[in-house]
Amino acid sequence: MTTEPVLAAVDDDAAPLTHHQLRELYTLMAAVRHLDTSAVAWQRQGIIPAYAPELGQEAAQVGSGYAVDRTRDFVFPTYREMGVARAMGLDMVGYMSTHKATWHGGMYNPLESRFAPIQAVVAGSVLHAVGWAHGQTLAGQPTGEMGVAMTYFGDGASSQGDVHEAMNFAAVMKAPVVFFIQNNGWAISVPTERQVAGGSVAARAAGYGIPSLQVDGNDVVAVFEATRSAFAHCRAGNGPVVIEAMTYRRGPHSTADDPGRYRTLNEERLDAGEDPLERFKQRLLAEAIADEAFFAEAQRLAEEEEETIRRGIEDLGPRPGAEMFGLVFQEPTPALQSQATAWREESEHV
Amino acid sequence: MSETITAMPGTTDVSAASVHQMSMQQALNRALDEVLADNPKTVIFGEDCGRLGGVFRITDGLQAKHGEDRVFDTPLAESGILGMSVGLAMAGFHPIPEVQFDGFAYPAINQIVCQIARMNYRSRGTLPMPITLRVPSFGGIRAPEHHGESLEALFAHVPGLKVVSPSNPHDAYHLLKYAATRPDPVIFMEPKSRYWQKGPVNLSSAATEVSANDDGTAPSGSLTGARVAREGRHVTLVAWGAMVSRCLQVAELAAEDGIDIEVLDLRWLKPIDAEALARSVGKTRRAVVVHEAPLTSGLGAEVAQLITQSCFATLKAPVERVTGFDVPYPSGDLEDEYIPNIDRILFGIQRVLEYRRG
Repeated sequence: MTTEPVLAAVDDDAAPLTHHQLRELYTLMAAVRHLDTSAVAWQRQGIIPAYAPELGQEAAQVGSGYAVDRTRDFVFPTYREMGVARAMGLDMVGYMSTHKATWHGGMYNPLESRFAPIQAVVAGSVLHAVGWAHGQTLAGQPTGEMGVAMTYFGDGASSQGDVHEAMNFAAVMKAPVVFFIQNNGWAISVPTERQVAGGSVAARAAGYGIPSLQVDGNDVVAVFEATRSAFAHCRAGNGPVVIEAMTYRRGPHSTADDPGRYRTLNEERLDAGEDPLERFKQRLLAEAIADEAFFAEAQRLAEEEEETIRRGIEDLGPRPGAEMFGLVFQEPTPALQSQATAWREESEHV
Repeated sequence: MSETITAMPGTTDVSAASVHQMSMQQALNRALDEVLADNPKTVIFGEDCGRLGGVFRITDGLQAKHGEDRVFDTPLAESGILGMSVGLAMAGFHPIPEVQFDGFAYPAINQIVCQIARMNYRSRGTLPMPITLRVPSFGGIRAPEHHGESLEALFAHVPGLKVVSPSNPHDAYHLLKYAATRPDPVIFMEPKSRYWQKGPVNLSSAATEVSANDDGTAPSGSLTGARVAREGRHVTLVAWGAMVSRCLQVAELAAEDGIDIEVLDLRWLKPIDAEALARSVGKTRRAVVVHEAPLTSGLGAEVAQLITQSCFATLKAPVERVTGFDVPYPSGDLEDEYIPNIDRILFGIQRVLEYRRG
């Protein structure tokens, strides 16, 4: 469903995805699926203290992340964008370290990764995307080549006032921002119908004069194409776009959550729709783009990758306590330095 | 406009040509003008900062001179202004946002506390936040509700923020230029009741390390620390922002009774210049902290502890606090009852002078 106003630069003539790209998308989704379900197991095994699964959102995350140009765009994630991170080629030990409780924002380099630190405040980084995007305008990026900010948030976060402020600012300033909403049906225990008046976040965009797309978030190709269109629109200097990817959070909100308290297994089966990974597999088979040997290989690669990442996570020791003090400021205050000295003397007995 | 005056007797490092008589509003405006000229990555924005020049005219003429990309109006939403600052800083800019009045920082507190203050830490130092947030602050102008608040203790309590407040035009000029070139976020609290008072401003960059006092004499104190605004022997009055000039008035009155008051202008509210407190109160052995903010958990408590820590053995009396009350900031008619006035400060001085142990 597209609501007025429409995208000014839809990439209708953009080349369709090649078979190679389609297979690459599947490989990414398989890797994300396996890492995600493994991370839940890691938590149960005591390897990590907590995790926020994205099971069921692989198409929405991989499809959108695959459209990012890492030479000029910048992504602003929440705490449930592992699939985007993987699709963008992040250092995944660095990414998953946030769930090991090593460092809140993750251990990857956000500037080199073009992926902002993991954000625990719901809708906290939506405005940052607007500021970063306006910076591209101020820097005088030539039209057609502008860097684009893509900010992720969910149906729950869409209730935050910052989302309104961000959309309004972006529209007023014609900032190159893609607002990417994963409407996964649930904000912990609260369903979308108790969260989003009118039933659609995308529908709000019209009020800001922002073009919007509501896409099947479980169709990785549809998500990719929508995101690519949005990026083309932004790059051409036409201002922001809203994408609402309709998907389903198949797992719990986090490993500490118990969905049995607010939805039955039967409801989950009925509401979740088709599994995005299985659905894509059937399509690739039907179109003879991939065969069973390919899927087996994708699974083998996913398992190999998970093992490497798990070993990296297990090997991560705690950060030196001195970093608590050293990373607060670029120019530390005398009071903080004396606290660091006292801590060292009293904790390390030096 | 500012007029050039001759150097005053007693000043050092003051060449006649570089000392100007100007208001704090003019000094701040000039500082911003120079920062914009010096650093092409500096951007100024907020509500009515552009064409209007701000409701206090601090950004007057800057958009016309530097262009709409450097100085611009935003929609009327403080969280948006501060959240946008984070993204601009991430993109390599040096934002100088304004919230129009102190009380309007509350709608942005999530972006200030959870984002601006933490991004350097969260990103392990890869995304510094060189943001100077200008906040017209404190009371004294008979303004509507939420236009006379003192938020320094709130800001100072947040790890990752620095807080500064100038008390005179000279310091306003140099402290703003200094803050705006730092790599860390600084909350710059401007005493709005002092915007229109004129004073000598030494524009020489050599004057950044020293600070002429309000009467133009005895420069003292590095720009990164507190400033002895008046030397004295019997009691130290510790103040910042608009309370500094009131404490100087009190000192003149007390001098008539033979009481020699030292006035310490703290300037930096985070980090607090603990050494300057120790030096001053180590000498006078008595201290009164004066601030407009409510008493309970106000910054006066922090100052009192720092003094106690360094001067306990020689203190002649417990540190006194003369402050606003634990009430919502009152309407203009009651403002003079709320803000520490000369009588209440004199009573505070009397209490530390007359204190007897046991």
